[in-house]
Amino acid sequence: MSRSAAVFAMVAAALCAVPFVAPGYKTSLATEMLIFAVLAMSIDVLAGYAGRTSLGHGAIFGIGAYVVLYHVTVTGGRPWAGAALGLLAATAAAVVFALLAIRTSGVYFLLITLALGMIVWGICLRWTSVTGGENGLRGSVRPDWVAGPVPFYYFVLAATALMSFALWRFVHSPFGLTLRGIRESESRMRALGYDVSLHLFVGFVVSGFFAGAAGVLYAFFNSFASPATVALDQSVAGLLMVLVGGAGTLVGSFVGSVAIISLENFVSYHTERWPMVLGLVFIATMIFAPEGLVGRARLVLARRPGRSA
Amino acid sequence: MNRRSFLKTAGTSLLAMSSWTRRAFAADRGPIRIGLLSPLTGVIAAGGRELVDGFNLYWEQIGRKAGGREIEVVVEDDASNPNTALQKARRLVEQRDVHMLVGDILANTGLAVAEYVKGNGVPYFIPVIAADDLTQRKRIPNVIRIAGYSTSQSTRPLADYALKKGVRKVITVSQDYTFGHEQCGGFCQIFTEGGGSVLQQFWHPLNTPDFSPYLPQIQSAQPDAVFAMETGADGSRFIQQWANFGLKDKIQLFTSMNATDQSIIRTLGPEAEGVISAGHFCEGRDDPANKKFVSDYEKAFGKLPSIYAFSHYSGAMWLAEAFKAVGGKVEDRPRFLEAVRKVKLSSSPLGREVSLDKYGNPIYDIYIRKVVRRLDGKLWNSPVEVYPAVSQFWRYDPEQYMKQPSYSREFQGIKKA
Repeated sequence: MSRSAAVFAMVAAALCAVPFVAPGYKTSLATEMLIFAVLAMSIDVLAGYAGRTSLGHGAIFGIGAYVVLYHVTVTGGRPWAGAALGLLAATAAAVVFALLAIRTSGVYFLLITLALGMIVWGICLRWTSVTGGENGLRGSVRPDWVAGPVPFYYFVLAATALMSFALWRFVHSPFGLTLRGIRESESRMRALGYDVSLHLFVGFVVSGFFAGAAGVLYAFFNSFASPATVALDQSVAGLLMVLVGGAGTLVGSFVGSVAIISLENFVSYHTERWPMVLGLVFIATMIFAPEGLVGRARLVLARRPGRSA
Repeated sequence: MNRRSFLKTAGTSLLAMSSWTRRAFAADRGPIRIGLLSPLTGVIAAGGRELVDGFNLYWEQIGRKAGGREIEVVVEDDASNPNTALQKARRLVEQRDVHMLVGDILANTGLAVAEYVKGNGVPYFIPVIAADDLTQRKRIPNVIRIAGYSTSQSTRPLADYALKKGVRKVITVSQDYTFGHEQCGGFCQIFTEGGGSVLQQFWHPLNTPDFSPYLPQIQSAQPDAVFAMETGADGSRFIQQWANFGLKDKIQLFTSMNATDQSIIRTLGPEAEGVISAGHFCEGRDDPANKKFVSDYEKAFGKLPSIYAFSHYSGAMWLAEAFKAVGGKVEDRPRFLEAVRKVKLSSSPLGREVSLDKYGNPIYDIYIRKVVRRLDGKLWNSPVEVYPAVSQFWRYDPEQYMKQPSYSREFQGIKKA
């Protein structure tokens, strides 16, 4: 325990030191990584713990971002009220998504969430008078006291820490255990007297809430939302982060987000064929570490002689 | 030594010294770094490549030096995605320390970057981003449309030309996004104010594979002409299907300049011949600067230049003029931006002397262009008529004009008969 506490303290210290050792652009990159880690974690709750892979979370994330921007830039509201409304809207969308999707599993779940996400994308694209259509919504929506990049980084760091703790508690609670039970065998859980649909519903809504929270942070960060923010790409990016990092670990979301965003940035710096390099990395991950980087590391550590006890 | 000769020698030595120090200063100021954002991947990657080629071609031609400083162009891929564009803009400014940003093709990427530079004052130049409001209702002082155009600027002369040719009834077909709304808006407003009527407007999503739902409706409505606003692959598909449906010789087709841009017609055959459009670039125009640019580009890259290459080539020229005017001191932003606004560009492929109006949009000659075959058989746009000195406000009073709403699917400026 003391060992993991030490690791935890080191990671926390490293995260706090980011604006000092990597100022400027790298800090904003780190901010983006944290925000996407939250999105990835929200997907991991369903994909890793409940065994339901969603392709609709990018849309929920985007709804959060759109609502904040709409509230602040179009109706002239306050950022915090916008954030609250964004969370509310994203959660409401998650409720609708959940009601339609929870009765399915496997590839059907994937397809239904994909379709729901596409509907949101279509609305954002076509409802020009509200969403700005293809051009999207723009404007600075960040509250004044976190306006600078460094205070904003710490704000996102604090929010991420809080949300990670909440999600960690959530998946390790008895309720979280029932989600894992559902992943292993839905029929057995039902036979044991659990209301599987209700549990999945709650799991989905909670996960959607956090995806929305990431979206709100993203609106603060980016000052901009467009159909690309709610598009399938966003859901896929989140899911890839989960898979690269390791599904069902939560920590993997951070690893995946850091790995993918830094790859995107550093590879595109050297070649315009960066999407190809990224593709090769995904293929390599699936072949050599199908359980993700964190999952793989755990396996390797567990196999090390002398630690098997 | 009398007083006069003392003054003379003192004066000349002072001058010599100051020019020496200035040169020494220039030497350790390092190069002028230009961040060039371009969609090298994604839906409009082909255009992105040409954008970079056009921009670099000019700097190569003048030895990568202007205003006494080296020019360094740092290229970043915006992936045709506004979120990526924003990320890359941040990186160019915050990590690569560029003095200014240039580029982007898709309106949404440009608008995202414009929002970012609004906050930090970095100069951002947009030779292709055409959204009307960037130089009208929502101006940002450090976003300047060098060698660019505003969307509805070129379709107004086209409508005027159509009226003159006796066209009275049109149907518009357009991609359903702001760029399309604004092009059609400019066309419809002038056309209806001049006594024409718009029978119907079709809005289709981007990347429409099949226009057969629209073409028979057009045929049965029997308009005198059709105005089609298409970019990218939609443009070539529309022109092909228009011919395949047998409408080519029955109804006159007018298009936006993007639909008959080289990026599209270089892949087309006889079906594109005779299509009429309006634009400030016309590769078949007989003018020394224009001919030189077209032949230089063709020599370097083996194809005729597109609007993206043209705009960024001229944009580079524009910047070089401004660099000269401030002696390479681009760090002094207010002065540099003022110099960019003051540039009067002559002997460029844009035609006769071009300058910005006081809202930051260039005033150009607009050419009514027709797709014809060049002697060697290649298709190109050749001028049939010219509208001199067209501003983004056409003949309206700017302040009066900006009181009307921006063009959208709902507001097309159509005057009811």
